[in-house]
Amino acid sequence: MVLFIMCFILFLVGLYGVITRRNLIKIIIALSIMEYSLNLFFILIGYRKGGEIPILKDAGAVPPVVVDPLPQAMILTAIVIGLATTALLLAIAIRLYRKYKTFDVSGINALKG
Amino acid sequence: MEALLPLFVVIPLGFAFITALLGRYIPLFHRIAIPLVFLFLSVLSVWMMANLRETVLNYMVGGWEPVNGIPVGIHLSADGFSVLLLVIINSLAFLSAFYSYAYIEQYTSGQYFYALFCLMVAGMNGVAVTGDIFNLYVFLEIAAIASYALVAFGIKKEELEASFKYQVLGGIGSLFILFGIGVLYWATGTLNMADIHKIIGSTAVSPGIVFAGVLLLAGFGIKSAMVPFHSWLPDAHSSAPSPISAMLSGVLIKSIGIYCLLRFFFNIFTASSQVAYVITTLGVASMVIGAFLAIYQWDIKRLLAYSSISQIGYVVMSAGIGLILLCNHGDIHVAALAIFGGIYHLMNHAFFKGLLFLNAGSLEYRLKTRNLLKMGGLASSMPVTSSTSLVASMAIAGIPPFNGFFSKLVIIVAAVKSGFYGLAIIAVIVSIITLSLFLKFQRYAFYGKPSESATTEKDVPFSMEGTMILLAVCCLLLSLLIFPFFRNLILMPAVHALMNATI
Repeated sequence: MVLFIMCFILFLVGLYGVITRRNLIKIIIALSIMEYSLNLFFILIGYRKGGEIPILKDAGAVPPVVVDPLPQAMILTAIVIGLATTALLLAIAIRLYRKYKTFDVSGINALKG
Repeated sequence: MEALLPLFVVIPLGFAFITALLGRYIPLFHRIAIPLVFLFLSVLSVWMMANLRETVLNYMVGGWEPVNGIPVGIHLSADGFSVLLLVIINSLAFLSAFYSYAYIEQYTSGQYFYALFCLMVAGMNGVAVTGDIFNLYVFLEIAAIASYALVAFGIKKEELEASFKYQVLGGIGSLFILFGIGVLYWATGTLNMADIHKIIGSTAVSPGIVFAGVLLLAGFGIKSAMVPFHSWLPDAHSSAPSPISAMLSGVLIKSIGIYCLLRFFFNIFTASSQVAYVITTLGVASMVIGAFLAIYQWDIKRLLAYSSISQIGYVVMSAGIGLILLCNHGDIHVAALAIFGGIYHLMNHAFFKGLLFLNAGSLEYRLKTRNLLKMGGLASSMPVTSSTSLVASMAIAGIPPFNGFFSKLVIIVAAVKSGFYGLAIIAVIVSIITLSLFLKFQRYAFYGKPSESATTEKDVPFSMEGTMILLAVCCLLLSLLIFPFFRNLILMPAVHALMNATI
C-alpha cells in the first residue's frame, strides 16, 4: 500500500510542477513525471507477491503464481502514446522559442481573455 | 452488420497514411478523395442507424471468442448512442472536409492537414464503437494528439501558444483518465465495459471505485471543457483552421468528452445521486459562466468558442437531471425526457455550431480579420454567408422554426417537470443571453455601417458556400426530430441505450 501512496505522491509532484513552473521545458518534464508515476502504478497493479513471468515454459506446466500481464501490455501502449505527446510538445516548444526567443511562460502571452 | 464496425476506424486510419504518402505526388488527390471517404462513412452510419433499432452490435476483432465468458482481444460494441454519435461525427467530417477544398488553399502542404483530419476522425469513431475502456483511452489519445497538431497547423505565434496550452491541459486530462482506468481495472479486474458494469453492480460500493469515478469525472471534465476546466477551449478552438474549429467545437468535445462522460456514469458505474448532482452543477456552471464570458469577446471565433462552453452546459445539465431522477427513483418518463433533450441538443449543437464556425471561417477567408469591430455591412456583399449565419444564430438562440428551439424547449420542460424550477429559469435566462450574443454578432458583422478596412466584393468559393447551405438546411430539418416518428427512429434508441443499464 505504501508503494501505491508513493505513486500517487509522485503523480501529485508532477501536477504541482505543471501548475507552478514557468518554463516550457520544465512543464514538459513535470508532465512526463506524471506519466511515469502512472506507468509505475500500472506495473504495481499487475504485481503478485512471488509471481513468475506469465509465459508457459513447458507444455502444461502452469506456474502457481504469475504476475498479471495485462497492465504490462497496457503500459507499453501508454508509453508509446506518451512518447508521441512528449515529442509533439517539444516540437511546439521549440517553435515557440523561435517565435518568442524565450521559454518563459510569462513572456508568451499573445492570447488573453 | 457487426462486421461493418471496424470499418469506421480502419478506413480513416488507412486514408490518413495514404494521403500523407500520395498527397505530395498526386495534386488534388486528398482534396477530392477525403470528402468522398467521409461521405461514404456517413452514408454507412445512417444506414446502420436505420437498421439498428434497439439492438446492440458486438464484434470481436480477429475472431477472438470470449474464454469462460470473459472477452479477450479487442471488443467493439455499438448501441443506439454510439451509432448516433457515428452519424454526427461522419456527416460533420464530410461537410468540413468538403468546405476545406477551397479553404485549404491558404496553407501549404494540405496533404498533412487531411492526414491529421483523418486521424482525428479515426480516433473519434474508435471512441464511439469501442467496448473496452483501455481502447477508449487509446482512441481518445489518437483523436486528441491529431487535434493538438491541427490547432498548431498555421504555425503562427497565437496558434503555437494555443496548441501548447491545449496540449498541457489535455495531457493532464488524459493522464487523469488513464489513472481512473487503472484504478477501475485494479478494483474490478476487467477492462470490458459490460463486465465492469456487472461487477460493480453486484458488489458493494468500494472506495476504489469512487476514487476512479472522481478521476474520470475530472479527466472528461477537462476534455469536454466544463467550467472550472475550460481555459484551454477558447484559445484552441479560435486558433485552429476554421473547418477544424467546426470539428473541434461541433464534434470533438462531444465525442471524447460528453459521450465518454455519459457512457461512464450511465452505463458503467452504478449511478449515485451525489455524482448526478455534481454533473448537474458542472453543467449549470458551464452554461452560465460560458455565456457571460462570451459577451465580452470581439473576436468572432472566441465568441463562438465561449458559447460552445455554454451550450455544452445545457447538454450536461439535462443529462444530469435525468441521472438525478434515475437515482432517486423519480418518474422514468421525465428522466427519459431530460436525457432526450440533452442528446437532441448535443446533435443540434454539432450542426449549428459547426455552421457558425464555418461562417466565421468564410469571413476570415475574405476579410483576413476576426475582429467584429473591423467588420460591418457585409450582408450585401456576402449574401450566402450572411443568410446562413442568420439561420445558425436563430437556431442557437432558440427561435421557433429551427432545431435549437425544440431541444431547449424539451430541456426546459424536463427541468420544470422534474421540479427543478430554478434550473429552468436559469436555462431561459442563458438562452436570452445567447440571443443577445448572436444579435451582437449579426449586427457588427453583417449590418450597420460598412467598414473601410475590411471589405470584399464577392462571396466565398462554391465548396464553402455549398457546405454552409447544406448545414443551414440541416438546422431546419433537424427540428423534424421532435415528431414521434423521427424521434423514435433516431434519438430514442440512444436514450434507451443510456437508460437501460441504469434502471
